[in-house]
Amino acid sequence: MQMDFSVIIPEIAMVSLGVLVLILGLILPKKSLPRLGWFTSFSLIGILALVVLNWNNVGTVSGGLYLIDQFSQFFKVIFLTAAILVVFGSMAYVDKHLGGQAEYYSILVFSTLGMMVMASANDFITMYLGLELMTISFIVLVCFRRNDSESLEAGMKYVLLAGISSAVLLYGLSLIYGIAGTVLVVEVGMILAVQQSLPLLLVGVVMLVAGLGFKIAAVPFHMWAPDVYQGAPTPITSFLAVGSKMASFAILIRIFVLGMFGVSLSWGILMAILAGVTIIIGNLVAIPQTNIKRLMAYSGIAQAGYILVGMVTASQAGVKAIMFYGFIYIFAVVGVFTAISYYYNLTGSDEIKDYAGLSQRSPLMAATMVVSMLTMAGIPPFAGFVGKFYLFMTVVENYLWLAIIGLIMSMVSVYYYLMVVLVMYRDRPQDSSPIVVSLPVRMTLIFTMLVSVVLGVYPGPLSEIINKAALSFFMH
Amino acid sequence: MKSLPFLTIILLAPAICAIIMAFIPKEQVNPIKWLAATGTFISLAMSAYLYGVYDTAAGGLQFVERVPWIKDLGVSYFLAVDGISLPMLLLTNMIGFSAVFASWNLESRHREFFILLCLLISGVMGTFIAHDIFIFLLFYEVVVIPIYIMVIIWGSSKRVTKEYAGMKLTIYLLVGSAFLLVGIIALFVKSIPILGEPNMSFAALAQAGNQMSAFDQKWLFALMLIGFGSLISMWPFHSWSPDGYAGAPTAVSMIHAGVLKKIGGYGLIKIALFSLPLGAKFWAPYMAALGIAGVAYAAFAALAQKDLKYIVGYSSVSHMGYVMLAIGTVNVIGINGAVANMFAHGVMAALFFSAIGVIYEKTKTRWIPDLGGLARQMPLLAVSFMLAAFASLGLPGLIGFIPEFTIFIAGFKAFGGFAVIAIGGIVITALYALRAGANTLFGPPREEYNNLRDIRGAELVPLAVLGLVLIAGGLLPSLLFDMVNSGVEPLMNQLDNALKIGGLI
Repeated sequence: MQMDFSVIIPEIAMVSLGVLVLILGLILPKKSLPRLGWFTSFSLIGILALVVLNWNNVGTVSGGLYLIDQFSQFFKVIFLTAAILVVFGSMAYVDKHLGGQAEYYSILVFSTLGMMVMASANDFITMYLGLELMTISFIVLVCFRRNDSESLEAGMKYVLLAGISSAVLLYGLSLIYGIAGTVLVVEVGMILAVQQSLPLLLVGVVMLVAGLGFKIAAVPFHMWAPDVYQGAPTPITSFLAVGSKMASFAILIRIFVLGMFGVSLSWGILMAILAGVTIIIGNLVAIPQTNIKRLMAYSGIAQAGYILVGMVTASQAGVKAIMFYGFIYIFAVVGVFTAISYYYNLTGSDEIKDYAGLSQRSPLMAATMVVSMLTMAGIPPFAGFVGKFYLFMTVVENYLWLAIIGLIMSMVSVYYYLMVVLVMYRDRPQDSSPIVVSLPVRMTLIFTMLVSVVLGVYPGPLSEIINKAALSFFMH
Repeated sequence: MKSLPFLTIILLAPAICAIIMAFIPKEQVNPIKWLAATGTFISLAMSAYLYGVYDTAAGGLQFVERVPWIKDLGVSYFLAVDGISLPMLLLTNMIGFSAVFASWNLESRHREFFILLCLLISGVMGTFIAHDIFIFLLFYEVVVIPIYIMVIIWGSSKRVTKEYAGMKLTIYLLVGSAFLLVGIIALFVKSIPILGEPNMSFAALAQAGNQMSAFDQKWLFALMLIGFGSLISMWPFHSWSPDGYAGAPTAVSMIHAGVLKKIGGYGLIKIALFSLPLGAKFWAPYMAALGIAGVAYAAFAALAQKDLKYIVGYSSVSHMGYVMLAIGTVNVIGINGAVANMFAHGVMAALFFSAIGVIYEKTKTRWIPDLGGLARQMPLLAVSFMLAAFASLGLPGLIGFIPEFTIFIAGFKAFGGFAVIAIGGIVITALYALRAGANTLFGPPREEYNNLRDIRGAELVPLAVLGLVLIAGGLLPSLLFDMVNSGVEPLMNQLDNALKIGGLI
């Protein structure tokens, strides 16, 4: 069979970029290492352009094991955009606190590649490969602050829990394979559709939900998230929060909506309960937090709950809602975390009380944080509102309770976001000198804020694109 | 020739001024203030013009602007005004314009304040002119965050801290709006199979809602009632209102009490009532009962207050009780009265809060026992305070009388004797309003206030604008009622038809 390699040019480019950055790190003089950040980000922009230009260039590789459709293209856009923004936001941080630029950017590129593989994987083995590529890269990145015990502790926790969850997931996949006799997701779907409900299937589903639940940090598999988020270098935290989460959602959608649509009744209610519990716990536990990164970790848990809402009905509308929400979610998260890491660079603190008077020292940083947080809370006119509208539209008929819980809790979430706003806006700064925001950070902040506003007011074109992409997902 | 997009200009004028302000150095206080005044004046002048040229004989939606916006949700950027929304638009702009001048002597952080104020005014306007429910929702919640920031920065801590007041206000309204959102999303999702396509315009949703089963209409209406009811401070969801107003700076109190809570009543009438007539019919007695309870409860509560802002805060809850009673009658006279009363109360509450703001600014207290005899030192202030007080107790010749009278007629027709309780509320209103005026303004003048200067210059603007409307609305009630009636009557006729058909089924 003729293989069409043209469709995986972006992946090939990613591998080359990762290796190239590593080699450049060896041959470049030490003082020009900081430029690697610019090099990586512009190369990533180039690869993103490749994906966008080849939007309709779809196909399969390796006999259907690797699938490029608009669904996966869209997720790749999400991951690459997140990676670009994270690289922009992390340059100052890496140069000041971490060093080892070549390794850092190279591993970041490889973790992005892992996500891209996950989005395109059409069988259990490839999915698992992508997942592991991403996870192992993240393990290194999480403990990149080599001399900091917190970071190492976070890394250790991440290793253990990622290992366990991968094992659980793999076991679940093998059980499903045991029933279906194939690893191709589409074929699994066809076989399960005519299959009677087996106890074995139930065990498999539970294992899969548990394994992926860890990856997306859904309650009750969320325990690792706050510690890891707090300990990891801040730019990595944001990449973990968006990239890792959305990539896991990509395979979650693939396995459940495509592979198990025939038995969706049995797992729909499970997802609904999981979503409801995750939303409630994530939002309530976020309230007493005093560290901004832990606060964002719990808020991220709650966000996973919202995104799970889109899974409940296993419908095109649900998939579309997840994709839409995921897209706006990256900008919100990256916006907040870029501001957080830049502020940490200046003050060395992640405590919320140290944000006093930020609005007077840097109106841009404070405004970006407010806009991004309100996007996550789903307050119009920011994009999160449209995203939540799409998500809850899918459940309002059959799971009214979930819609009520979700919307009430998202209003509750405004409470802890506003506590941050309170500190930033009401209080006088101790040191009232204005903060000069460096160019890449300023670009990132303004860009994320603009996206949140523009997509909130005028989401039409994006939603059309996503509609088509979500439709392509069901065309197999 | 295509006419000017009046409504878009009205909507965006303050917002654009806010954006320009962001680029003015913050030391340039005067340009910032004048820019805010200009933006709100443009909107005020143009909405007054629209009020003048609106064709009440033709009625219906006029000055329509409609552009498809989000195709797969059937959302369009749909701005228009009818006899219900136009008075509310005008009210918003009168109060917005006055609020800028009521904040003229602000002490700190001017640029941030006027930016937020202008965004707030644009947001409120948007809810009244949007005729697409999605756009309506966008504006509905957009106002919450500026208000929160304004309360925590420029608010005042008396009985409750400003942080508490701001958070209570915000969370109360947001949780209420969560129910509303569920209701609206459910209405929309259920409307798609009936209409055959997604369409979020008010008219389309009303058409679909009218065909839904009585059961669906009832629970959808209940969700919306909780949402809109907590915004209009319907008893027992009112407790954010006095605390919130007390903590807020003057301009926010004016806008919040004057127009923002009217969005609740407006939404109940224009969205819930006309979309879900059977639901409305079912819940009408409960609404009326809660309205009467609110009138009585809040009037007594106001009687016990010694802080001027709390008196007006409870008084506004009490007045909104009349509006709920009026909506509960579900007849043309009642709805007319509800809309007119919202307008009337908006004007008087804004004037009241601006007068209290002046008193607080000059004497540094709102505590009635510490005040007295201010009329001697500040006669013009006394005029605006007493105008608002008289309007509040429904003195004939001022704007408050005819709307309340209309509501009583409708209430009697619908509920008979029960409405008497609401009329009793008027007596109590007279008691606390006059007592507050007497103890603050009259009696022996106090020496410590001898050096206070009367309101002058920019401070006179709220009195001039709002006072004029108070008197004009009282002497020429037809100016208001013709407009309101032209909006209410055709819609109510449709509603009656729907109810008749529903009754037959």
